[in-house]
Amino acid sequence: MWLELESVVRQFPSRRALDGLSFRLPKGSIGCLLGPSGCGKTTALRAIAGFEPIDAGVIRAHGRLLSEPGFSAPPEERRIGMVFQDYALFPHLNVRDNVAFGLHRLSKSARETRALEMLEIVGLADYAQRFPHQLSGGQQQRVALARALAPEPELVLLDEPFSSLDVELRERLGAEVRSVLKKLNATALLVTHDQQEAFAVADIVGVMRDGRLEQWDPPYELYHRPATRFVADFIGQGVFIPGEVVGPGEVRTELGVVRANGAQLPPGRAVDLLLRPDDVIHDDASPLRAEVCQRSFRGAEFLYTLKTPSGAVLLSLVPSHHDHKIGEHIGIRIEPDHVVAFER
Amino acid sequence: MSKHGASALATHHKLRLAPSVLALLLCIPALAPLVVIALAAFSPDTEVWSHLSRYVLPEVTVNTVLLLVEVALLSGVLGTVLAWLTAMCEFPGRRFFEWALLLPLAIPAYVLAFVAVGFLDYAGPFQTLLREIFGSSAWFPRIRSLGGAAVVLSLATYPYVYLLARSAFLTQGRRALEAAQSLGYSRIAASWKVALPMARPWIFAGVALTAMETLADFGAVYIFNVRTFTTAIYGAWFGMRSVNTALQLAGVLMLFVLAAFVLERRSRASANFAFARDMSRESPRLILSPAMRRVACGFAGTVFAVAFVLPVIQLVIWAYKSLGDLDARYIGFVSRSLLLAGSAAVVIVAAGLMLAYILRRFPSKLSHTTIRLATMGYAIPGTVLAVGVLVPIIFLNNALQDFLRDWLGDRAPVLMFQGTLVAVLLGYMARFLAVGFNTIESGLQRITRSVDEAAISLGVSGAAMLRRIHLPLLRTSLATAATLVFVDVMKEMPITLIVRPFGWDTLAIRVFEMTAEGEWQRAALPAVAIVLAGLVPVALLTRRGAHVA
Repeated sequence: MWLELESVVRQFPSRRALDGLSFRLPKGSIGCLLGPSGCGKTTALRAIAGFEPIDAGVIRAHGRLLSEPGFSAPPEERRIGMVFQDYALFPHLNVRDNVAFGLHRLSKSARETRALEMLEIVGLADYAQRFPHQLSGGQQQRVALARALAPEPELVLLDEPFSSLDVELRERLGAEVRSVLKKLNATALLVTHDQQEAFAVADIVGVMRDGRLEQWDPPYELYHRPATRFVADFIGQGVFIPGEVVGPGEVRTELGVVRANGAQLPPGRAVDLLLRPDDVIHDDASPLRAEVCQRSFRGAEFLYTLKTPSGAVLLSLVPSHHDHKIGEHIGIRIEPDHVVAFER
Repeated sequence: MSKHGASALATHHKLRLAPSVLALLLCIPALAPLVVIALAAFSPDTEVWSHLSRYVLPEVTVNTVLLLVEVALLSGVLGTVLAWLTAMCEFPGRRFFEWALLLPLAIPAYVLAFVAVGFLDYAGPFQTLLREIFGSSAWFPRIRSLGGAAVVLSLATYPYVYLLARSAFLTQGRRALEAAQSLGYSRIAASWKVALPMARPWIFAGVALTAMETLADFGAVYIFNVRTFTTAIYGAWFGMRSVNTALQLAGVLMLFVLAAFVLERRSRASANFAFARDMSRESPRLILSPAMRRVACGFAGTVFAVAFVLPVIQLVIWAYKSLGDLDARYIGFVSRSLLLAGSAAVVIVAAGLMLAYILRRFPSKLSHTTIRLATMGYAIPGTVLAVGVLVPIIFLNNALQDFLRDWLGDRAPVLMFQGTLVAVLLGYMARFLAVGFNTIESGLQRITRSVDEAAISLGVSGAAMLRRIHLPLLRTSLATAATLVFVDVMKEMPITLIVRPFGWDTLAIRVFEMTAEGEWQRAALPAVAIVLAGLVPVALLTRRGAHVA
């Protein structure tokens, strides 16, 4: 295991920022801590980087002890690179010297070669002589990435790396950053509050809440098999409807019995069943009807908010040529891939 | 709508010249001295010039350069080290020193100078004590020397460097330090490699300010008997009664000023873009070792004691001893000081407000350039401005006098515009217009255009907008501007000394006259009043600093 956190606690005077955080990140993979603001993800990152001591637990990298209560290896000796939220480029140095900054163990010529090589990788070889303020936000971000990766750190941390960029740029840079990290076979951990970003970049994502991990899984699992109600709420859209477990993978609801994989709950248990918008399928032939209460046009599809005769609210994603007015009744079919249900 | 907009634009176009002309008129007091000195520089009087270059310039130039170098080095090091300690480290008393180290700004250099000379000179209490202990053979460095003046000027001006370097260290957010650490540098190494180079533009700007103060200083070097440009100009004006000599000297001095000015502007320009936006997260301060903690505290304490506490104690003791001086004349000194400072504050704030509005409502290249030039006055030594203001006034006065005499013959009244309060106020305006204008303009800039547009869209415009939106929002800026100008004029010495009407002695003039006679004790009484006034802007400054930090 490359990076290991075991029951890490960080107590601030007013609150507990980390409350028994544990996870393991394998070498060469990209992890992500995802959560709402104040969930402790940035504190976790800073504790791993060595800017924040810990009050309980242990942090190791490659079996080497980094932090435990009363001990914290100095940040400069951890061989952990960091891409800061505001990039923290050195304004008095040009791009090349920024990237070469961490290469002080190399000779001058080796430093320059390596810096240019890194700039080549992030596609900024032509900007070596520019100064940070002469670059766009996206370019600055890539310089920061090149600077953090240049000394070949054992781990790279990225703190909300795309938060100061505009939305379109975010998506493109997310893919670019991922490909650079993969090309160099780097182990990386990023923190973000943006699910799209997490899914675009990371191999494995941890959803954090109140200083603790709710789930640590690949994006697909998080979406389709959320471990907790919080994860189900936080990731993607969806609604809960009440029901009762009637058998393995079978839940009876007011919309009929829903069958799918999963849901290891004992029969007879009262549950809330998660229905994603793509689980609720528009089907004019279906006897099940629901009234359109709201619609939001998204180009390729509509997101309809529907109300069943009993008053339950559902979300449904429908191809946009099915243009229904508010107040219309349309036929729906419930067809989830997995049954996700939580005890009430 | 667009038609309406187009016609409004056309009206603006027609009116454009009027505001620019008004701006020009308001700036004349500040611009005239520059023009006069430039004209004199381009038409040198050869006789005067040969005298100057043989007997005056060599000594004065060497002294000025030495003084500049020593003050720049000493105040640069003091200011930077103190800023680094209070911004980046934790040591006992750090919170106190953060603002206390600004207090020396309240003491004008000429006050610190006479306290130092009075206290440390041969006949002063310190050397007298030493002689009593060690006998008369005790050696002591000569106080009234260039080195002494440099130390005093450094102690009086290091807060400029301190203030700017400190805000640089604080705003670079320690994030840069963390970045350097994550790249393998220790905290100390990161400070050297990153924090200091990043703060360099600020430090240079601060040093440039101390250089301007040094070039402008008249009172301190006068007390230390160091001949520099300012004392030479004063000597030429009053001693030799040679306008040409004074003008030529002023021209050469202006070259130095220009160099410092350019350095300051350039440093600030490169400082502008230098920092990342995020400065919200505070990372822990550098924890010093117990020994270093004591050294840090001791160092800050020593500077504070020498630059502020000891001088103030000495001033108070002397002032107490010379309380007998406090007679009816003092009512005159105080009321003249207050009257001058008060009317200067009113005039300059009014002019500054008008200029700021002209720039906002009718921006044009002409008024922009005019105002930029006119606000250079803060960089120009008072002696230069005094001469530069007086020369054209005397010229106009004499021209008018000749005209009257031709017309009325012997019945013509004798004109003496040069010895009037108007002349003094023009001099103050030349020097302190920038103080008033910059404060008001930055206040006005905080009222964004969309605020105006919101008001207009709600049907409030013109004078009503001014009254209901701008004045309430600008009140603090106007009060600050008036306070700053008021205190600056209270402390001002050379312009008042050279331009004032006969017999118009103020507190600052009283200090000058007493120190000129070596009566340190009797100079303390008016000096205490000046220092008290000087504390007001420092208090404003520290309160604003607390907001930022």
